[in-house]
Amino acid sequence: MPYIPHSDADRRAMLAAIGVQSVEELLADVPAHVRFPDLNLPPALSEMEARRELESLARSNFTAADGPCFLGAGAYHHFVPAVVDAILRRGEFYTAYTPYQPEVSQGTLQAIFEYQTMICALTGMAVSNASHYDGATAVAEAVITAVNVHRMKRRKVIISPYVHPEYRAVVRTYTQGMGLEIGDREIGRLADSLDQDTACVVVQSPDFFGRIEDLTPLAEAAHAAGALLVVVADPIALGLLKSPGEFGADIVVGEGQGMGAGLNFGGPYLGFFATREEYVRRMAGRLVGQTVDADGKRGFVLTLSTREQHIRREKATSNICTNQGLVALAAAVYMAALGRCGMRQVAELCYHRAHYARQRIGEIDGFSVGDDGPFFKEFVVRCPRPVPEVNEYLLAEWGIIGGYDLGRDYVQLDGHMLLCVTEMNPREEIDMLVAALEEMTA
Amino acid sequence: MTEPLLFELSRPGRCATVLPALDVPPTELPGNLVRGELALPEVSEADVVRHYTRLSQMNYSVDTGFYPLGSCTMKYNPKINEEMTRLPGFANLHPYQDEDSVQGALFLMYYLQEFLKEIGGFAGVSLQPAAGAQGELTGVLMMRAYHLDRGDAARDVILVPDSAHGTNPASTSMSGLRVLEVPSDLRGNVDMGALEAACGEHGDRLVGLMLTNPNTLGLFEERVEEIAALVHDCGGLMYGDGANMNALLGIARPGDLGFDVLHYNLHKTFGTPHGGGGPGSGPVGAAPSLVDFLPGPVVEMDEEWSEESLPHFTFVSPQKSIGRMKAFYGHFGVMVRAYTYIRMLGAGGLRRVAEHAVLNANYLMSQVKDLYRVPYDRTCMHEFVCEGIVPGAPDVRALDISKRLIDYGFHPPTNYFPLIVHEALMIEPTETESKETLDAFADALRRIAEEARADPDLLHQAPLSAPVRRLDEVRAARELILRWEG
Repeated sequence: MPYIPHSDADRRAMLAAIGVQSVEELLADVPAHVRFPDLNLPPALSEMEARRELESLARSNFTAADGPCFLGAGAYHHFVPAVVDAILRRGEFYTAYTPYQPEVSQGTLQAIFEYQTMICALTGMAVSNASHYDGATAVAEAVITAVNVHRMKRRKVIISPYVHPEYRAVVRTYTQGMGLEIGDREIGRLADSLDQDTACVVVQSPDFFGRIEDLTPLAEAAHAAGALLVVVADPIALGLLKSPGEFGADIVVGEGQGMGAGLNFGGPYLGFFATREEYVRRMAGRLVGQTVDADGKRGFVLTLSTREQHIRREKATSNICTNQGLVALAAAVYMAALGRCGMRQVAELCYHRAHYARQRIGEIDGFSVGDDGPFFKEFVVRCPRPVPEVNEYLLAEWGIIGGYDLGRDYVQLDGHMLLCVTEMNPREEIDMLVAALEEMTA
Repeated sequence: MTEPLLFELSRPGRCATVLPALDVPPTELPGNLVRGELALPEVSEADVVRHYTRLSQMNYSVDTGFYPLGSCTMKYNPKINEEMTRLPGFANLHPYQDEDSVQGALFLMYYLQEFLKEIGGFAGVSLQPAAGAQGELTGVLMMRAYHLDRGDAARDVILVPDSAHGTNPASTSMSGLRVLEVPSDLRGNVDMGALEAACGEHGDRLVGLMLTNPNTLGLFEERVEEIAALVHDCGGLMYGDGANMNALLGIARPGDLGFDVLHYNLHKTFGTPHGGGGPGSGPVGAAPSLVDFLPGPVVEMDEEWSEESLPHFTFVSPQKSIGRMKAFYGHFGVMVRAYTYIRMLGAGGLRRVAEHAVLNANYLMSQVKDLYRVPYDRTCMHEFVCEGIVPGAPDVRALDISKRLIDYGFHPPTNYFPLIVHEALMIEPTETESKETLDAFADALRRIAEEARADPDLLHQAPLSAPVRRLDEVRAARELILRWEG
């Protein structure tokens, strides 16, 4: 029997010790008329057969490892050094529970403490929590934190329309019972929408279209109105770009998937969340703090848990419990392995290759790229044909995974594609994409 | 045993990763947007591997020993599942690829939805929620949306038993609803008198009841069907906290017991690892009345199996969906593990899982209940709760017993939960542990009871064999050192 060690003799001895004849007797509290349903599931497989079935399913997919991939839009094909998975595969890490018993969880606790430190360094903030489910839920929790900072007295939340559309959707889902006013469709200067009822303004940088900007004026405008500035950041970009903290952000969140999590068809990913020290008691999520043990030796524990659901119940800052421990570990190992110079190098490779790609694509007849100011690794291309057609051609004829169809979320951008270029796309791949697009329009 | 921090290992100029040289003409950097300092560590590859390997050795884990943490279902995590989720055909899939190029992934998600529907007795399942707590928030928002959709806007009360997980009331508050606590009776069930009174007083305000079954005492709610009838009679809905589904696999389907919506914990019931605090996965199952409110997208089969071709799958959003709970589709990497687990166990295997989880818990309870009082002394399901109190050792607390268990080579049980048991020790052995392990654990608890009387200070000092001694949590909260500052 898979995973169950009992012999018949064990079962007999155990039932005798309990004082019953059968396991069925132990289940007498379950209403008899619904007890032991016949579950209509396919017959059990051996490990060998299960492996064959799963391998066959996996093989039927075409993946970012099977051809050049220029798709981003919130999930990125970045390099993952082998050390990351070597560490993640250690059973001592992945088969442990949340470190509630610190004496036997120092490995996880210290790793998270180091993760928090590195997230603070990247974002330019004072405090980082131990993680959220993903970038989208981290944004939602940031909005709730901002509303709580204002003790629910300010009910308006301004979100840039260039924050990831699914993140904006998740903010709406999370806050639907809170009676907030969520404005996320205003095209124009965000600062103009700020007023005394605004709890926070949320902006993404690089934004959903890949653009980067100086956020100082927005931070100043937000603070002048008494609102918080929430910045959604890409940690890979932060290897090169000024941290949101330097611009005056109050909360910095984002998707940490690029740091060692792989693509995995959308999850599990990593929501990171960092803020100023003054908001630490208003924030959600687990926190690891340094302390000493009974001998005065340095050690780590989960701290400020009086904010959390298992202590505060309905008055908690959030309901979050299980988070993304192992994915945060992956990000920590990634940041350690890349280090100060590697993080910068990855970001520069993305930047220069993306700019090369945009320039080359802009030169193709029928395609235009516009000049929309500085950008990082993603950019918008106007295509001469509908985006699904372009992508179908790229995949069928060239084995290339094309870009994101912006018409899905922005009606005015029908026929516009969001392309992403990372350190995983060498010049040959970019040139191949250019050749493919040229051929398609020839 | 201590390990320096990464930052203390750092030496200027070291880097563990070599990246390709730039192969395109460089573009000028936007000077005003480029950062200066980046205070990340500089270490070699061997430094990284040794550092994290040594850290891992400071952890207790299922792979290294018995982890009877109540309510957490710390069962063995099959290795094949880890292999399968890392198959390149899954691991390298981008979530926005064209559906035709990801049919293998959609097949897996579709059938995992189907399996969970069948196991739970529900009409629909969304795999999107990221963890149990997010599944709860999903369920509460769905119940809220259901009432609003019917024009029943006055309902704002959720009943939560006093034995419930803290996530239940927290999810309720996040949904903008009010929590009303319902006490437990002397048998550890929901107090029917109190429930009737609450339904009588708040019936027209009732959104629903959140119930964990088996509850956090490890006891099956003996009158669960009556509870469901009471709640339904005043227009409320039944939310099931599926944290304890391990006891019900093939034993009873929550949908058949009267639950309208329930979250599963793939990381508890279906053998996926806890990861030191996630990632989990908290799919939500819904009865026909709530299917339309599930978070989207979910996977549908839009072309059936035929003799010539495989089926075809597509993402759709349920008609009255509460919206998305997260970006993309949920924790796909966790779904692959759970799918593999269900395929290898089949219906018979799943039932054996629950039966042996119940057998192990009752056996262990029979071995320790003379040492530590079990306040609700009934046949339990997959776990039981005893009091961490030793007669004749008044200064010894549950925490001391827990810490001393570490010296005997075991992970402590859950402490001080549920809140309704004094000095609670909540013990969940799971089905994957052998009789020998349970006997050794019971023996340790017996010896600790003796030690408590003979040398209570030994327990106060424990653990003596862990990488660190007891940690000063008060100081951690007061000094609040949350990052390394050199």
